[in-house]
Amino acid sequence: MPSWSVPKELRDRVDALELPFNKHGLDPYGTSKDDLKRWLRPAAWMYRKYFQMSVFGAEHVPKQGRAMLVCNHSGGVALDGMLIWTSTLLEFDTPRLAHGMAEKFLNMVPFSATWTNRCGQLTGLPEHAIRLLNDDRLLMVFPEGARGTAKLYRERYSLVRFGSGFMRLAMQTNTPIVPMAFLGGGEAIPTIHNSRMLGKLTGAPYVPFTPWVVALPRPAACQIYFGKPMEFEGTGTEADEEIFANVDRVKGRIRDLLDVGIERRKRNQLDQPVQWPGGSS
Amino acid sequence: MARGLVVKVLVTGVAGRLGRVLARRLLASGYEVLGVDRRPWPDPPRGLQMFGVDIRKRPAEEVFRKHRPDAVVHMATVTHFTSRAEERYRINLGGTRAVFDHSHAYGVQHVVFVGRHTYYGAAADSPLYHPEANPPHAITTFPELADLVAADLYAGAALWNYEDLTTTVLRFAYTLGPSRRGTLASFLRGPAVPMVMGFDPLFQFMHDEDVVDAIVLTLDKKLRGVFNVAGPQPVPLSLLVEVTGRKPVSLPEPLIKHMLGRFGLPKIPVDAIAHLKWPIVVEDKPFRDATGFEHRFDEDQTMESFRWA
Repeated sequence: MPSWSVPKELRDRVDALELPFNKHGLDPYGTSKDDLKRWLRPAAWMYRKYFQMSVFGAEHVPKQGRAMLVCNHSGGVALDGMLIWTSTLLEFDTPRLAHGMAEKFLNMVPFSATWTNRCGQLTGLPEHAIRLLNDDRLLMVFPEGARGTAKLYRERYSLVRFGSGFMRLAMQTNTPIVPMAFLGGGEAIPTIHNSRMLGKLTGAPYVPFTPWVVALPRPAACQIYFGKPMEFEGTGTEADEEIFANVDRVKGRIRDLLDVGIERRKRNQLDQPVQWPGGSS
Repeated sequence: MARGLVVKVLVTGVAGRLGRVLARRLLASGYEVLGVDRRPWPDPPRGLQMFGVDIRKRPAEEVFRKHRPDAVVHMATVTHFTSRAEERYRINLGGTRAVFDHSHAYGVQHVVFVGRHTYYGAAADSPLYHPEANPPHAITTFPELADLVAADLYAGAALWNYEDLTTTVLRFAYTLGPSRRGTLASFLRGPAVPMVMGFDPLFQFMHDEDVVDAIVLTLDKKLRGVFNVAGPQPVPLSLLVEVTGRKPVSLPEPLIKHMLGRFGLPKIPVDAIAHLKWPIVVEDKPFRDATGFEHRFDEDQTMESFRWA
């Protein structure tokens, strides 16, 4: 599909990205304007029609400069990452490109390797994170990692163990953290079982199963909450104790955001103003 | 190194494509140039003293002994495109050792080792923009590069083995240009270029003239240490193939190894297929900061210069 056949509204969003694209529409990481446009089309359809996304707190994401989106994982595959990527392109006054830190597995699979790279999704390595943040990009991090996508349906609003790498990187690069909650992925892909054996055979961490066997998502309303930014002072070389205390603060804030989101869904109050944890905004 | 202090530069591998460009540039800048190569250079530029000797043999030592160069640029290393394994080991390891031994013995002040960015290897989990400190994963991902990696490390060890000698190890991105020689140029030589289906890695390359600029700056600044050197920002292989006027042939990975060297496709080692799947991209900021180097040819000019040469 040529990129010019993409609706103008979507093309304009990609053209408005403030990134150093060369005349071929490529940035130094291999992100391609044409590919962003091409993939934004199906992504925007999924985002608007299939999942009926609602986004709250977009104003909490810095309009420019480095920032780290830190989110819970929701849903058996990294559908949440794709939808957040779409939301940062569609929902902000000035669109931003969220760079995810992808599983190494994605870079080993044909087509997925090219797709992830052209859309700004680099393999999850500290070197990539540091470089992107020092370049004042927007990083998208899921500190639960593959443990997080492996949550079963009944665990969909729980948080599993957070890694601490993101906190060291944020402190080292003096990057504000935007805590986030993603709700609905567990309903879209209700995992009932994860087969690690099949995962071993395919090279993936695991293969999720749903009541309809494959992990194809069903339409479900999903919500994204961008919380108030949190800043942490330090160098990133502090002892684990100190780092984990900071990680727990972020995890606690995400827990609060999830609880706010769950309550608003339960009471059917999505049109009401959000009571943001961490003070009113 | 301020001009006037170093007047005499010995270039090994001078008859190669980069050696010739470098020799001409050094002569034009007022250096005295000694060229060593066992390959012939039928019409060397005026002023070049050419020695048709093998760097590993005794007559090469006599060149050092008799002519006492102030600096040496060692670019007499070879790849799988030009030499067989055993020969390659002898040239890359034996030759590099001879250069440092003779330089130490005969009062050379500065040795520049011209290395390659493929040192870092291509793998699914290797980062974009390698700093110099990254380990040489090429030895696991592409064992046929082991001799070049070893030569690079040997040259790096000279930094503390021979402290009186200023040593620079330069790890260059692929070079491309009107000479149409070199690893990347050999890969792109035919009308059809193989790609692994579903992969389109970034390729980082620089123009021959920019390579020579970087070497001359290294001599001028008497730079010491290990540095990556690169030119314009990397581009996907598909764009490189398109702009150089080649035809991409996209093949599934299980098939590609059987087709290399046939049907008009270049013959490359099976392990080199990793270079068609994942990028090798280096960070060159330390070199630019230390020397003030700026590339003159952008990615399009470089690709076009190769295409239309």
